[in-house]
Amino acid sequence: MIRFILLQNRQGKTRLAKYYIPLEDSEKQKLQYEVHRLVVNRDPKFTNFVEFRTHKVIYRRYAGLFFSMCVDITDNELAYLESIHLFVEILDHFFSNVCELDLVFNFHKVYLILDEFILAGELQETSKKAIIERMGELERQE
Amino acid sequence: MGSRLRDMIRAVRACKTAAEERGVIAKESANLRTAFKEEDQDYRHRNVAKLMFIHMLGYPTHFGQMECLKLIASPGFPEKRIGYLGLMLLLDERQEVLMLVTNSLKNDLNHANQFIAGLALCALGNICTAEMARDLAPEVEKLLHNNNSYIRKKAALCSVRIVRKVPDLVENLISSATSLLSDKHHGVLIAGIKLCTELCEANFSALEHFRKQTSSLVRILKNLVISGYAPEYDVGGITDPFLQIRVLRLLRLVGRGDADSSDIMSDILAQVATNTESNKNAGNAILYECVLTIMAIEAIGGLRVLAINILGRFLGNRDNNIRYVALNTLIKVVAVDTQAVQRHRTTIVECVKDSDISIRRRALELVCALVNESNVKTLTKELLEYLKVSDPEFKPDLTTKICYLVQKFFPNKRWYIDQMIKVMVEAGRFVKDDISRALLLLISNAAELQGYTVRSLYNAFQKWDGQESLAQVTVWCIGEYGEMLVHHMNELDGEEPVTQVTEADTVDVLELVLKDFRASSTTRAFALTALLKVSSRFPSCTERIKALVLQYKGSLVLELQQRSIEFTSILSKHENIKASLVEKMPVLDEATYIAKKVDAADVAFSTDSKSVPATVLPAVPVANGPTKSKSGTNALMDLLNLNVDEASTPSAPQTRKSAGDVLLDLLGGNSSFTSPLVASPVQGPSGGADALLDLLSIGNATSQTTSSPLSTLEPFPQRNPEAASQKPSNPVPDLLSQNTVSSQKDSYSSFTADFKKSSIPGAGFDLLGDLGIGSASSISTTGPVYPPIVAFQSSGLTVSFEFSKQSTNLPATVIHATYTNTSSNTYTDVIFQAAVPKFMQLQLEPASGNVLPANSSGTVTQVIRVNNSQHGQKSLVMRIRVSYKINGQEVLEQGQVNNFPPGL
Repeated sequence: MIRFILLQNRQGKTRLAKYYIPLEDSEKQKLQYEVHRLVVNRDPKFTNFVEFRTHKVIYRRYAGLFFSMCVDITDNELAYLESIHLFVEILDHFFSNVCELDLVFNFHKVYLILDEFILAGELQETSKKAIIERMGELERQE
Repeated sequence: MGSRLRDMIRAVRACKTAAEERGVIAKESANLRTAFKEEDQDYRHRNVAKLMFIHMLGYPTHFGQMECLKLIASPGFPEKRIGYLGLMLLLDERQEVLMLVTNSLKNDLNHANQFIAGLALCALGNICTAEMARDLAPEVEKLLHNNNSYIRKKAALCSVRIVRKVPDLVENLISSATSLLSDKHHGVLIAGIKLCTELCEANFSALEHFRKQTSSLVRILKNLVISGYAPEYDVGGITDPFLQIRVLRLLRLVGRGDADSSDIMSDILAQVATNTESNKNAGNAILYECVLTIMAIEAIGGLRVLAINILGRFLGNRDNNIRYVALNTLIKVVAVDTQAVQRHRTTIVECVKDSDISIRRRALELVCALVNESNVKTLTKELLEYLKVSDPEFKPDLTTKICYLVQKFFPNKRWYIDQMIKVMVEAGRFVKDDISRALLLLISNAAELQGYTVRSLYNAFQKWDGQESLAQVTVWCIGEYGEMLVHHMNELDGEEPVTQVTEADTVDVLELVLKDFRASSTTRAFALTALLKVSSRFPSCTERIKALVLQYKGSLVLELQQRSIEFTSILSKHENIKASLVEKMPVLDEATYIAKKVDAADVAFSTDSKSVPATVLPAVPVANGPTKSKSGTNALMDLLNLNVDEASTPSAPQTRKSAGDVLLDLLGGNSSFTSPLVASPVQGPSGGADALLDLLSIGNATSQTTSSPLSTLEPFPQRNPEAASQKPSNPVPDLLSQNTVSSQKDSYSSFTADFKKSSIPGAGFDLLGDLGIGSASSISTTGPVYPPIVAFQSSGLTVSFEFSKQSTNLPATVIHATYTNTSSNTYTDVIFQAAVPKFMQLQLEPASGNVLPANSSGTVTQVIRVNNSQHGQKSLVMRIRVSYKINGQEVLEQGQVNNFPPGL
């Protein structure tokens, strides 16, 4: 199960933070700080997995942005790594050539996409097309 | 009226300093508060969106929580959308406000508009509480059969959350979940299979049910594998790897321990294992999952070989990620097939030296699993070489592991000693106390090696650089065997010749330690004792030793001061008895030490393997486990360390240490502590559990070995261990009788002084009796014996557990729970509830009553049966909840029980 998903830039600014477990706000801040510190200085040749407290963080870097997922120790790391990539592809498609600013100004849409992709800490939809179509329908509802 | 969301974000981004940003946010927050107060309807959703942005920046936003609820209650989709989003971001399941949203959720779940129903499902899936789960489960269950696939998949994942919150609801969901397996839509399938997995993990009958569905799972997987190009789900030429992985994972669950279903799935597993392309990450993810499944189910040998070959290929991969998962999997495989893993030993050892800490950790763990008597020498050599160059953050881990391996597999004692010295020279800072104690124990038991050891230590000490453990071991050995160093006694074949060491050189070492600023007061205490001990053997240095000891007369550390003063008096006034007083220590008793160590190690390992399923991520201070092992170590340390700090400062330990430690020390020290200390921890309720546990383990050991375990570890020079073992029930008088001469001298050493204070016969055992656990012998011998624990204690209520276990059925434990009410009110309608993690089954038998009379004047007992399916890997944990009424007033108390004895 995914415990939380973070999207941070190199400076440690959080661009998206989604928690699937209840945490105090102060604890969340601490986690974000720790995860950022953990992933930001790792050599790109290193594994994309870091053990973190009693769980592990699967992260992937896209330009200046770090996508990190904290998952159970028994989960399939490679699969989550792949799902991060799928999420990025969806974002890229939706914002046509996504950049950090898109995510800042449309953060609520990013959350919406995430909610179509992951629910209750589990993968919900694996088709890029289905999610993009669904987002189009939701936009029309506005 | 305020600005647009976009403008606010721009304003925040334009800030050059943090202070400026705080200013902007403060202004915006003030505007928002006003808007909320004025019930600004039109811009409410925009305001909440702003609030979410502010929240993301880490500023407080609790004042807007109610606005989310208002938005949710409004009819339009855009408002609801922001409302639900805000609900998920700004609130979580612990807020009371959330209860208010249940009704809106219920309405929205039944909403005709699929998008609104979708929003409600999404919110419910992300933050529902146990209460909401109960209330809304019927609605969600209905939606599992909705004809819209979008709703179905969301409902399925929502049910996953519901089952996690309320495991009782499993039964209701089994048939709906099964029907999802025949769905055509991938999203529904992936969610449905997740739901089935969750049900199987929660409930055994669900698992039985889904075992019958193996063939439909196989069919789903087969369709994915053989289907041609499916653009919508294609990832690098593979059709929906995510779904394949989900299916494989569920197959693992149903196939584990079930030959029939394993048989059904073996063909498709072979197909997946052979046909999946391994040049892309997606393919490797599937292969990885497939290997895990093959290793877990009742697979035929051929399939296993296939799986292990895949892992071998992974291990040789250039991609670090792949090597990481290979190592990770091999750790699991090593128990099944050690030979296969041994083949890759060289590669694995290389991985220990990788630059990536993730890989190093995994590899080190794997290496430890691979070591056996035949390869321990080569592997330890490799690891020691690496210890020299490894980076500081990795050294503690590495050191602990090397010590563990050396201790476990040493081919001979000389090798053990050599390796430990090497470790202490390289990384003595990280050698834990219990490890250096174990070394001393071994040295004490190896008479023929003592000379060799003290000479090696002396040589190694020339490279001393503040390593605590090296200093302590060296100083102790010099104190005991110093004359062997000077006179070259017991020289071994092939031993490196030592240049002549004089008595003065030896005292130099002690002086160095005593005066080095890096040495802790414990180490200095070691050194003082060693000085006293060598004083009789090195007559040439007596005066110098006197002077050295005297220097600590004014030490600020009470312990050192006391030693200094008392030793000085021994050295100057009691020459006649000195020689006999500072004789060599009796041989330390190995058996008891090992028995005790195993106890502590069990605990340590169970925490290592993260067996305590942390329900929330922030590392819950892992309850009592580590404390326990630590206190065990403390006790041991204290034992060897003659009179401990605690003895001299009786008031300090209660504030600094838990009662458990004190008790341990008391029992451990057996006679070297004052009796007033005995009373307080026993009566003080807190921390009792740990102490009881350790006390008992001591008590048990006593009854089994019919010797007084801790007193044999005692540092009293004149003690005759045999005498004690003949009369195990009453060791203290024995000890005393051997020390009669000395105890009459009032200016004797500190330990004799302590000795007298506790001359109540068998104080330690009385203590056991007081605690009602002295009846170690009465515990049946049919199964392993476990000490009872106090599982829960509050102001008025005490719940204690006693355990019994049949040696034929180790996973099953019968717990006899006893409830006592120490308050002055009678408790009525007492109901006890318990919950265990998913891998355990729990059965509560009816309690003997539901009324608890006041002032402990009666008890209620209840039998609890627990079956731990992961016995040996994970230890028991339990959450308990007790509700009762005082004068009709309902009271609820709950807690978590983490202090189960290891091995249950």
